Amino acid sequence: MGERFVAAARLLPDYLGQHVLLSAAALGLGFLISLPLVVVASRNARIRWPVLGFASIVQTVPSLALLALFYPLLLAISTLWQHLFGYGFSALGFLPSLLALTLYSMLPILRNGVTGLTNLDPAVIEAARGVGMTNRQRLLRIELPLAAPVLMAGVRTAAVWVIGGATLSTPVGQTSLGNYIFSGLQVEDWVSVLFGCLAAVALALIADQLLGLIEAGVATRRPKLAWMGLGVLLAGVGAAGVGSLAAAGHPAYVVGAKNFAEQYILADVMTDRIRTEGSAATARVDLGSVIAFRALASNGIDAYVDYSGTVWSTIMNRRDSLPRKQMLQEMTTRLRKDHGVVLLGALGFENAYALAMRRDRAEQLGIRTIADLSQHAPELRIGGDFEFFARSEWQALRDRYGLRFREQRQFQPTFLYKAVASKEVDVISAASSDGRIRAYDLVVLEDPQQVIPPYDAIVLLSPTRASDPVLRKALQPLVGAVPIDLMRQANYMVDRDSGRVSPSQAAHWLEEQLHLK
Amino acid sequence: MIAFEGVSKSFDEGRDFAVRDVSFSVASRAFVALVGDSGSGKTTLLKMINRLIEPDQGTVKVAGESVQGMAGYSLRRKIGYVFQGIGLFPHMSVGENIGITPLLLGWPQADIDARTAELIDLVELPRSYLARMPSELSGGQRQRVGVARALAARPSIMLMDEPFGALDPVTRDTLGSGYRRLHDTMGLTTVMVTHDVMEAVLLGDRIIVVRQGEIVADGEPHELFNAHHPDAGVRALMDMPRRQAERVRILMQERTARG
Repeated sequence: MGERFVAAARLLPDYLGQHVLLSAAALGLGFLISLPLVVVASRNARIRWPVLGFASIVQTVPSLALLALFYPLLLAISTLWQHLFGYGFSALGFLPSLLALTLYSMLPILRNGVTGLTNLDPAVIEAARGVGMTNRQRLLRIELPLAAPVLMAGVRTAAVWVIGGATLSTPVGQTSLGNYIFSGLQVEDWVSVLFGCLAAVALALIADQLLGLIEAGVATRRPKLAWMGLGVLLAGVGAAGVGSLAAAGHPAYVVGAKNFAEQYILADVMTDRIRTEGSAATARVDLGSVIAFRALASNGIDAYVDYSGTVWSTIMNRRDSLPRKQMLQEMTTRLRKDHGVVLLGALGFENAYALAMRRDRAEQLGIRTIADLSQHAPELRIGGDFEFFARSEWQALRDRYGLRFREQRQFQPTFLYKAVASKEVDVISAASSDGRIRAYDLVVLEDPQQVIPPYDAIVLLSPTRASDPVLRKALQPLVGAVPIDLMRQANYMVDRDSGRVSPSQAAHWLEEQLHLK
Repeated sequence: MIAFEGVSKSFDEGRDFAVRDVSFSVASRAFVALVGDSGSGKTTLLKMINRLIEPDQGTVKVAGESVQGMAGYSLRRKIGYVFQGIGLFPHMSVGENIGITPLLLGWPQADIDARTAELIDLVELPRSYLARMPSELSGGQRQRVGVARALAARPSIMLMDEPFGALDPVTRDTLGSGYRRLHDTMGLTTVMVTHDVMEAVLLGDRIIVVRQGEIVADGEPHELFNAHHPDAGVRALMDMPRRQAERVRILMQERTARG
């Protein structure tokens, strides 16, 4: 507990700093965009309806989906930009998060601003015209100051929403306090999850109080109070900027990772290797499966580990299956040709999708292979991770073996194993390198028709790092060097229920076993 | 000083006229009361002088020039405007409220301060009130500040729309006669809209009666008191103050006799 708390606290300057910067940028941008819209919408009823309507619709989109939608949009724009001007920009991380959160911040500011400006005492407005104010003077001297308290209340609401929503920017590759929550959830580190939640809540409360100070200063005409609130707020954002810069330095290499223990461990191993070669490196974790590849292809990250079967089906859209060696050869050629991505080599172990059952249940029903399973499937329940049922492997398995289950449920990977262990489901989609297969005494069902393609762990390099000497020198020793037993053990060290260690500790252990230290 | 030439105004694209083909002029230093029922068009007439409302047809002139040719805001800085709602700026002190038009005109701060002090004396409020906020004042005090604000940039024309209508009768009478003295000593030209004939008679040099967007009577109070005025509505209207005064006199006599 204490150890994990210390580990979490050590990450705080970076996570909090980035979270504050992102939130402040989104809120600031949202305010700057909203303010002119507020003025225009409050003076013109015909514009008011569409503006407020659009903001309300944006608000009803779940914030995670909004963040996710900005990624393909920016990717398309970046590709177009690349064609037109010869350079692209990263569609991952800060930019999509900023845009989504900016949109998200706008509704309360717009709604309160318009309410504030349209509900002013008509006598005051008539007097402002009567004493000879121009429209601009009336706006700046009378309308905005009088509407300011209502407007500021909207800004406070927006700030709380944005700070909460920013925790969801982790899956699109933006570091935030959400990293505590997403990573913690993956490896069942509840101290980390709680730490992230409390940090986000504390941040939201502090920001709300400081904005409240500005609001009170404006409302009661005490400029000192308002300036004080603004000063502390800006100082906080400045400190966050310095803190996160100091924490991050200028990372020369960015290693990506998807959202499970094995990926965290391998990302740590790779960053350690790069640092051993004397270069700075940082990991960007919790990327979605396909997002990781797109990020690599657009040079948003420099390297990561993927699995041949995944790339084969989801990136190359292949439905056929080739023998391992041929598949890797073809993949190396196609990835280079179509995406400029380099397949450095296979690590030496496989992490295939597999169907697993509790041993006692499988023996009781006499199930050893997936073909046996199809006989009993109509009475059984299957659980899969979030992407399993959408993947072509599942469709191929289902069609080839004629699998029809009584019920089909989705779980976050951590809960997937618990679900099968506690008999909530009978069959789960499992990863063959997962340490929990042994820990929960599960059996992996054989695939006699070889429907599932090989899933060799492969190291991929981005187009700009294709022949980067440092990266190649750092990562080459990993090729063919990681046996399945060691990987399973390392995974289990992170995933097990008691005596769990952090992914970076497991990475150190793995490096020692591989004599890389 | 002020002239209306064939002025019409409709708020519903010509189906009904708030003001229909009105012509009249107001001499310099005159005190004109515009009298009529609500909806008669008297406020519309007033607001066309400082371009808070634009006429559809005709010309409104101030000092011989069409107001259409001047920017509305600069015209309004030269014309004092007082209305029933007062509209003191709640986030500004009394002093800042009074000094707003000079500020907009770019007066030096020292001149603005001197002028606000002069005006607070003029409307008979203590100087300490300059630092107060409008919410700390009574209704009558607020309208005194409203009058001071309208006078701040030394306008020669004052437009007043039911200025004392929301005040209790005593305050109303005090402020009315107080303003009339200011009008005389400062040499102002005043157009005052009121639905109260008594107020019009007591304050105005000239009364214009407006009905359904048209002028039905225009003259000095004693002329309109003439029992033979051709318009029955005007006769009834002008007869009222006299009948009220008569009833008060009779009531007093009866009470005295009984007592």
